[in-house]
Amino acid sequence: MSTESAVAKTSATQYGPDGFGRTAKRWLSNSGITVGGLLLLLILFSTLIGPMLLPHDAFDQSLVHRLKPPVWQGGSFEHLLGTDHLGRDYLARLLWGGRISLLIGFSTIVVAAVFGTTIGVLAGYFGGTIDLVARFLIMVRLALPAVLIALAVAFIAGPSLQLLIIVLGLLLWDRFAVVARATTLQLRHTEFVVAARAMGCSNLTIIRRDILPNIGSQLIVIGTVELANAVLIAAALSFLGLGVQPPLPDWGLMISEGRQYLLFSPYLITLPGVAMMLLVLAVNLLGDGIREVTDPEAKGR
Amino acid sequence: MGRYIFRQSLLTLAVLIAVSIVGFILLRASGDLALRIAGSEAMADDVERIRVSYGLDQPLPVQYINWAWNILHGDFGRSLFFPEQVSTLIIQRLPITLGLALLGLLLALVIGLPLGVLSALRPNGIIDRVVLAVAVLGQAMPPFWFGLLLIITFSVGLGWFPVSGADTWLHLVLPSTVLAIAVMPTIMRLTRSGMIDALRADYMRTARAKGLMPLTMLIKHALRNALVPVVAIATVQLGSIIGGSVVLETVFGIQGLGYLAWESINRADYAVVQAIVLVLGAIYCLLTFISDVLHALLDPRLRDT
Repeated sequence: MSTESAVAKTSATQYGPDGFGRTAKRWLSNSGITVGGLLLLLILFSTLIGPMLLPHDAFDQSLVHRLKPPVWQGGSFEHLLGTDHLGRDYLARLLWGGRISLLIGFSTIVVAAVFGTTIGVLAGYFGGTIDLVARFLIMVRLALPAVLIALAVAFIAGPSLQLLIIVLGLLLWDRFAVVARATTLQLRHTEFVVAARAMGCSNLTIIRRDILPNIGSQLIVIGTVELANAVLIAAALSFLGLGVQPPLPDWGLMISEGRQYLLFSPYLITLPGVAMMLLVLAVNLLGDGIREVTDPEAKGR
Repeated sequence: MGRYIFRQSLLTLAVLIAVSIVGFILLRASGDLALRIAGSEAMADDVERIRVSYGLDQPLPVQYINWAWNILHGDFGRSLFFPEQVSTLIIQRLPITLGLALLGLLLALVIGLPLGVLSALRPNGIIDRVVLAVAVLGQAMPPFWFGLLLIITFSVGLGWFPVSGADTWLHLVLPSTVLAIAVMPTIMRLTRSGMIDALRADYMRTARAKGLMPLTMLIKHALRNALVPVVAIATVQLGSIIGGSVVLETVFGIQGLGYLAWESINRADYAVVQAIVLVLGAIYCLLTFISDVLHALLDPRLRDT
């Protein structure tokens, strides 16, 4: 798409008679948003509703039915994706595991976004010493080996879901801060901010009314990147035994439990990985799409 | 340039000190370390004895200063499990982790750079779309899972490569592939966008008008400019690969720094964990420093800021 038509489209959406409709149309014509969004909706829907519709519970063990292969490898339709080493239905566990991944992902980015955006906006808006401190904090955070620290803290404090979310949130805020700072820096000298200040608005009002709404779309894009990141890191921690604890079904934990049966039941490992890949893929596609739509210069990058 | 390097090195040092403090506090303050060392079935007396004999009963600042003072004298403390000094352990394990990370990065560059250039030549062409799809898939794959898949297919199924360890070159093929796939998307995307910008620039039109050979033009003028951010990112990526070595080394059973860290965490061998956090932080700081200096050498505008 050429730059002119992108500009024309943007201005049309702003000044056109039917602004909302055109915006919606522009968003929906982006393949990343439609494909990624639909996939994410599908995952959300099936993980939230799915476990209730299945005949098997994710926690019901049955030693008679252990390690039943999936239906395409000679299993029965009773257990579509087979069963694990304790005879629990694998499909039910996969869907339940999706709930946990989504819970971890979304809660983590809320923590990270609040923390990172606060630091970034303050640094960009006030500049000076605050900016210096914020930049230093970001550098320190980047130099800390995140996975290692999360593992060590989980071991010492005893692994739990809440701890996992807090630790990951406090380790993944840096990109929010970087982007919020850079964007606020650009906005600080725009006419509408200067005008608001001349009108006597307080700093808090300016940040709330003029700055935050204008950095929202960038933050959403970062949010998708970090959501994918959080899901992957949390899975890695669970895989190493210091994230989500059994008997809860987490995808990383399921892969780690399946390692012993790698030789004869590789589906125990492949299926949770594919599920994770689909989730991350959906979130990444959606994020790329939102960036393309909200930032015409990023088109084709 | 001298002043720039001096200022950056001071900053790097400050970051490193901060990293050591934050790492120290996180490891000591997130729970009762003495209890973890003694194990959950230990008697209260034993826990107290451990606390006193390892100096864990002292206030946190005192503990930190003692620890930092010893490190400045080259003493990283003793492991609770291994007979060797912690520094010896780290020197033994570090080359494996570094070598693997370098190999992975090299592989990613060798594949990622040409693919990035190829897709920039025809944006939205067939090659570009295929490359982009591969990049998106590569980014979505959890590395430890991809490693296991490779083991299932190539080690267990086909028997081409050993399942675990790092004794021969054959051992390193699968883990470095996993690293390369994880890093390649970033390198490819950056090369591509850099090349697209460079190909559009005025000096490229001049070069074309001068009648330069397309290949000379591409490599000498465009690629050189597109490479600046790639070089910077590659150094930083090397740092994060080394920092993230825990997961990969556990999957492949490679006795590097990451594996040592994981073993030590599970044994509450805190002296080793503490030292590894510091070493990984230092490596990252050093690499960012090198990347900044390289960046400033290649782009003089950055030196004044």
